[in-house]
Amino acid sequence: MTFTYILQLYVFILAGFVGYFVITRVPPLLHTPLMSATNAISAISIVGALVVAGSRYSLVASVLGFVAVACATINVVGGFIITDRMLRMFKSDKPGDGPPAGGGA
Amino acid sequence: MSARDLLTQASYLAASVCFILGLKALTRPETARRGMQLAAVGMLLAIVGTLIVERIVEYQWILAGLVVGGAVGYPLGTRVPMTAMPQRIAVSHMFGALAATLVGVAEYTHHAGLGGAHAAAAEALTRPQMAALGFEVLFGALTITGSFMAFGKLQEFLPGRPITYRGQNVVNVAAMAGALGLWLYLIAVPEATWAFWAMLVAALVIGVSFVLPIGGADMPVVVSLLNSYAGLAASATGFAIGNTVLVIAGALDGASGFILSIIMSKAMNRSFGNVLFGAFGAPAAASGKSAEGLVAKPITAEDAAMQLAYAGRVIIVPGYGMAVAQSQHAVRELADLIEKRGGEVKFAIHPVAGRMPGHMNVLLAEANVPYDRMYDMEEINDQFTGADVALVIGANDVVNPAAKTDKGSPIYGMPVLNVEQARNVIVMKRGMSPGFAGIENELFYADNTRMLFGDAKKMLTQLVGEVKAA
Repeated sequence: MTFTYILQLYVFILAGFVGYFVITRVPPLLHTPLMSATNAISAISIVGALVVAGSRYSLVASVLGFVAVACATINVVGGFIITDRMLRMFKSDKPGDGPPAGGGA
Repeated sequence: MSARDLLTQASYLAASVCFILGLKALTRPETARRGMQLAAVGMLLAIVGTLIVERIVEYQWILAGLVVGGAVGYPLGTRVPMTAMPQRIAVSHMFGALAATLVGVAEYTHHAGLGGAHAAAAEALTRPQMAALGFEVLFGALTITGSFMAFGKLQEFLPGRPITYRGQNVVNVAAMAGALGLWLYLIAVPEATWAFWAMLVAALVIGVSFVLPIGGADMPVVVSLLNSYAGLAASATGFAIGNTVLVIAGALDGASGFILSIIMSKAMNRSFGNVLFGAFGAPAAASGKSAEGLVAKPITAEDAAMQLAYAGRVIIVPGYGMAVAQSQHAVRELADLIEKRGGEVKFAIHPVAGRMPGHMNVLLAEANVPYDRMYDMEEINDQFTGADVALVIGANDVVNPAAKTDKGSPIYGMPVLNVEQARNVIVMKRGMSPGFAGIENELFYADNTRMLFGDAKKMLTQLVGEVKAA
């Protein structure tokens, strides 16, 4: 039992390092999309919410689970859409550089 | 492990990889969009992988939650204007924290045998599990109310200025110590339900009392910090329910928020502690030089337009004032006109300009300013010497030279844009009121500075008209 927690601690620390090294390289230009992206990603707590909402623990737990699923879904749906909307706006003025520009070498 | 479990775990592993690759793609604007689409696929995989878990025996609550969440989330994603981005981010931190906290509360009530019916089936909480659950609820709950307060300040239904009272820090620290004490007690005695509820309430109160004394201009730090807390709460959920993808995604989010808050604090030359406990505001106004005897030199829109129309190199410095006046489109139009006449326009962006990290970049991008024209402070700071005109739009403290020269100034040591080094400086501002920090700005009285008073949008529209005619 305790061994599982130690293993999870390893995962947590290592993921934290990966996050640190990846995210320090995100330019200030994209800090707002970064924030909204990590927000959408952390809505992965929907996974826990789904289990609570569907496990028939008790009526109280089911209702709490329902609200949790709704909140997390708001962030999943809204978060990914708005991040994409933002990223779509970032365009380069060099032809062929931006993602939708097309026709680049 | 059954085949179903294996499938679920595989979906979680795939999701984790997608998330990391997605964030990696965010390091470049060309790859960012594709990366986030990959992350969204990862999310979908994890959701589908969870829906087949054997413990899930009924779907009506799940379906209802998905429908309600989708119905609310879709307009929040598609309709919210870019100018409302800071409050949109704050409110999404609230939803994220709410989800994590509710999962924690539901798990606790289940294991503690509250809620009747099937309660007997649950085994008691182990200590490590209780530690994780407690942490999740503690950080989740304070993020809920803290984000709500930040949302209120940004949406302006709460006053943006710091709200302080005597002994505030003592109260905050005592509340935090109390909540941590309850947490420790719960780890020792997991079945002490009163302590669980008391901790939940204490955490909700802490969220309110920590954010109230923090002023509008410090919001970038608070919003980043809350981002980090929401991530940590999600990670703790993962520990509590033994779910690795949650641990990983939460750690990524936590790291990101933490890095952003450090960057923001550095850009203001203030420590974390100072932002959280400093309540920089009214009391600081006394220090710094006073502007008595100095006269700011106003300029008319016609004269400003002449300067801009015949300038070779122009650097535009946007600030929160541009966001307030929603004048980013007019700014772009002006920049286009100057470029058409053969001038070169660059945008200089201070890391804490606006109300959240990257705020100005998003607004300019919305107005179709290509990102290659937007420069970070370090990239552009030595280019002001070669600029004919520096146009400051609604920025104040981030261009105050006192940060470099006046040791008595409250913002001394904060990195600022070297605007005063440009040959001519035009400052667009509503009036002579000092900036958020309550400090006079010497830049406004400098020999090469001219003040263009008025609403940024109106003034910019006038400038555009005049430059066209020039």
